[in-house]
Formats: sequence, structure tokens, C-alpha cells
Amino acid sequence: MSNPTTIRASTRQFDKLDRLSFGWVMWSIAIFSLFVLTLPTLIVLISSFSSAQTLRFPPTGFSLQWYLALFNYPELWSAAVTSFQAALWTTLICIVLGVCASLAMAGSRARWVAAMDALVMSPLALPGIAVGLGILTYFSLLGIRLSLITLVISHVVICIPYLIRTTLASLIQLGTSLREASTVLGASPVYTFFHVTLPLIKQGVITGAFMAFLTSFDNITVSLFLSDARTEVLPIRMWSMIENDLDVRAAAISGILIAITAVLMILMERVSGLSKFLVKS
Amino acid sequence: MTAKLFAPREWHLALPLAIFLHLFYVAPLAVLLASSFQPAPDAPSFTLAQYWQFFQDSVNRKVLLDTFWLGVQVTLACLLFGYPVAYIYANVPAKWKGILTFLILLPLLTSSVVRTFGWVVILGRQGLINSLLQGIGLTEEPIRLLFTHQGVAIAMTQIQLPLMILPIVASLAQIDPRLAAASASLGGGAWRTFWKITFPLTLPGIISGCLLVFAITVSSFVTPSIIGGGQIMYMPTLIYQQGVVLLNRSFAATISAILLVMVLIVVFGLSNLGQKSRDYIR
Repeated sequence: MSNPTTIRASTRQFDKLDRLSFGWVMWSIAIFSLFVLTLPTLIVLISSFSSAQTLRFPPTGFSLQWYLALFNYPELWSAAVTSFQAALWTTLICIVLGVCASLAMAGSRARWVAAMDALVMSPLALPGIAVGLGILTYFSLLGIRLSLITLVISHVVICIPYLIRTTLASLIQLGTSLREASTVLGASPVYTFFHVTLPLIKQGVITGAFMAFLTSFDNITVSLFLSDARTEVLPIRMWSMIENDLDVRAAAISGILIAITAVLMILMERVSGLSKFLVKS
Repeated sequence: MTAKLFAPREWHLALPLAIFLHLFYVAPLAVLLASSFQPAPDAPSFTLAQYWQFFQDSVNRKVLLDTFWLGVQVTLACLLFGYPVAYIYANVPAKWKGILTFLILLPLLTSSVVRTFGWVVILGRQGLINSLLQGIGLTEEPIRLLFTHQGVAIAMTQIQLPLMILPIVASLAQIDPRLAAASASLGGGAWRTFWKITFPLTLPGIISGCLLVFAITVSSFVTPSIIGGGQIMYMPTLIYQQGVVLLNRSFAATISAILLVMVLIVVFGLSNLGQKSRDYIR
């Protein structure tokens, strides 16, 4: 008994409900997720300014006491220096090995490229703790003692995937024509690399290096096996601070680390378009 | 010959990295696998005794199952909470993208100890959730959230969420916007368009996100060991305990091998699915 106009009206209403409910569900879950995503970072920042002696939330008052307490904590500073050294060496080695390998991999369609790709990327998926244990067992079998060098070697293994991924992405986007043009015009391959290729893939290399640095600086699972008492790294020191007695000083270090990461991120976004690589790759 | 060293087609440019990885990655993993079959230097060169020992103990079997279950839970939760974020990211105006990128990437790039520490403050006895619940008067006693499987799963979900969001964003960016318009003009509603068009087309992104999240969740050590606090045991914590605390390295190698096999089975299964979904899209 319904005439065509009412049918059209009811479908239009249904359409509206359908669109509204879809938008509502998507937005509410997304907002909730973004809230949860940011919550722990905010909480750590707030509690690092707590004036209480124990860790409770919300804090009863605010002070800088935990930041000041860090000055009388030499073990922490030496761990931070070790972490920084290890991350720096790891990044440098990753850049040299990774850029060379990426150049070869981007320029070839041969079968070995797929095998190499799988080999280089696999540390991302394999349990770090197994990799760490394996390298430790291997070194002790060869009679090599633990040092900063063994730590750096193990970090290179787990950080190299980031550098290869972003550098390869840059090289593939670049194509071969510019490099061929340079060669045709008589430039030597070395000259072409330093004056044409490298400046053009700079962004990819910088982003990869940044990721490699952060990964190395933050690593616990591999460092647990490959560092000894003299080469204690910062995340392990922090881990034991939190695990044993919930030291509030850990909140202050966390606050500093969050600030450094945020500043570096904004800087990287300006310099190399960090998100372009992370979101696309 | 040396002049050609930087020519892009020279395969030997990949040699230094290949040699490095074989020396310090492939060989150590081979040694690890070998030692899992050989408990002691004087033992027979190949024995399954340690694997037998692992599976005979019901505690170990429970650890293996718990680890697998944690991986599945966290992966599904990340998909449920991450997909809408990726969807919104792909559909907001460009000026909002910068802020969203920052919100998504900052947790990914901050140290894992820091993120876990945040969860300790949230879930602890005097933490945010318990203060809230007691403030409203819902509970008298603080409820136990730390040192539980649920606590670990919640914290892990937040920590792995960006790894699910990023591949889905990449996959959504490749969808032709005309497809959704076509669906709408043919009478497809918002939900129908999503389930029939958008969702299937982002399957490669979803699968690579799931792959990353599962593999990293079952291998992670820091968050489960702090939030689980020794009471809740997962495979990486068990490996650490056997290998570093009890110095039983060859049994730790056996556990590592079992964890490796679990990860590899899931990774191969998922990447096969991913290949199929990619073929389906073309």
C-alpha cells in the first residue's frame, strides 16, 4: 500500500542511518585507540614530576626532585654513554653495509636478490632473544670475550632491516635514468654515487639510520646476552630499576627519553619526511 | 675493476653485508639449533632428549600455549582497534594527518621500557585505574591488574598497535577512491561498501600487520617480564631464565628452537595468505 515517495523516503532514512552508524563506530573506536595509544606516555610524563616518595597516580604534588636525583646516579650516566656509543657505531656500520647492499639489490632482478632480501629482513620477525642467545653461544664457542664490539655486532644484525628497507624504497623510487645519464656523460661510478645517487637517496638513508639508532639504543633482548657488567646499557639499567623496586627515578629518565624522542621525531619529519617512509613502506 | 666498484649493477656490493650476516647471524642460529639437539659435549651428536623433556613437562606446555594465545589475542585486538585509526587517517584532511602521524609514531619510537613503565603506573595497586575505581566507589580493595595475563595483553596491545596501523594505512592509500564512489552510486551503503570493497582490498596490509604484531608479541621480553612479574611466564622469559639465570644454555636453545618454529609456522602461513590476497586483488 505504500506509494513510491514513502519508499524513497524510508530508503533515504535508512541510508542516513547506515552512514551515520558507520561513521560513529569508526570514529569512536579510533578516538578510543588514539587515547589509549597516548595514555602511557602522558602518565609517565606526569608522574615524573611527582613530589611523592612512592609511585602513585594521580600524584599528590609536583616537584623536580626525581630529575635532580638523577645527578647523583653515576651508574646511570655510564650506562647511557655505553648505549649511545653502541647505537652510534651500530648506525655507522649499518649505513656502510646497508647502502652498499641496497645499491646492488636495487640494480638487479636476479634471483639472489629475493634470497638476500629474505635474509636481511628475517631478524625483524625472528625472536630477538633466540638471536641473542645464538650469538652468545657462537662467540663463547669461538672464545671471543664480551665487549662493546660484540654488542655492536649483534645490534647491527637486528638494526640492518630498517636501513635496507628505507634505502631500497628511495632507490626504487629514484629509478636508474639519472644514474645512467651521469654515466653516459662520462662520470665515473664513484663520482656518480657521491654526486648523483647519494644526494638523491639521502632522505631514505637518514630515516633508516634514525630507526636503526633508536632500535639499537632501546634494545634489551639482544643486549641482555651480549653485554657484560662493564658494558651495561641504559634500557637494561632502567629495566632492573623498574622490575625490582619501582624506582621513581625511572620516571625522570623516561621523561627525558620521551622529550628527546619527540624532539628528534619533529626534527626528522622536517629533514627527511620520516612519516613518508614509515607510512608507505 | 676498482673504478666499477660503485656501479649499481655490481652484485658484489652486497657481499660485505652477506658475509657479515652469514658470520654473525646465520652461523650463530645454526650453532643454536645444533646445541638444542646436543645437551652436552659428550652426549650423542643428535638426540631429541631435550625436546622430549620440554614437551613432557606440563608447565612448559602451558607456557607455550599461553605464549601462542597471547600472540593471537594481541593480534586480534590490534586489528580491531588499529583498523579504524588507519581508516580515519586515510580519510582526514591533510592538515590533520601531521598530528595523527605524531600520535601514532611517538609511542612506536619511545623506548619499550618507558611504555611498559607507563602501564605499570596505570595498572598498579595505587595506579590510575585503581584510583579511578576507588574514587567512584566501585571497589573497596584495589583490584589486581599487574601480574595477570590480561594486564600483559592490554599493555602489549597498546605497544604493538602502531605496527598494525602503519601497513593498513599504506594499503588504504593504494585504493582507488573512485571504487567507493562507484559503490555508493550503485546503491551500496557505508557498511556494505566497507565489507565488500575497502576491507578485502586492504587484506595485504592487514596480513602484514598481523604478521608483524604476532611475531613481535610472542618474542617480546621486556613487557611480559615486567607486567607479568615472574608469575606469568612466556617463552622468551623462560629462555632468559634457563639461559642466563640457571645457565642451562642448551635447554634454552631447545626452547628458542621451539619458539622459532612456532613463529615460522605462523609467518609462512600468513605470508602465503597474503600472497593469495594480493593475487586476488589483481
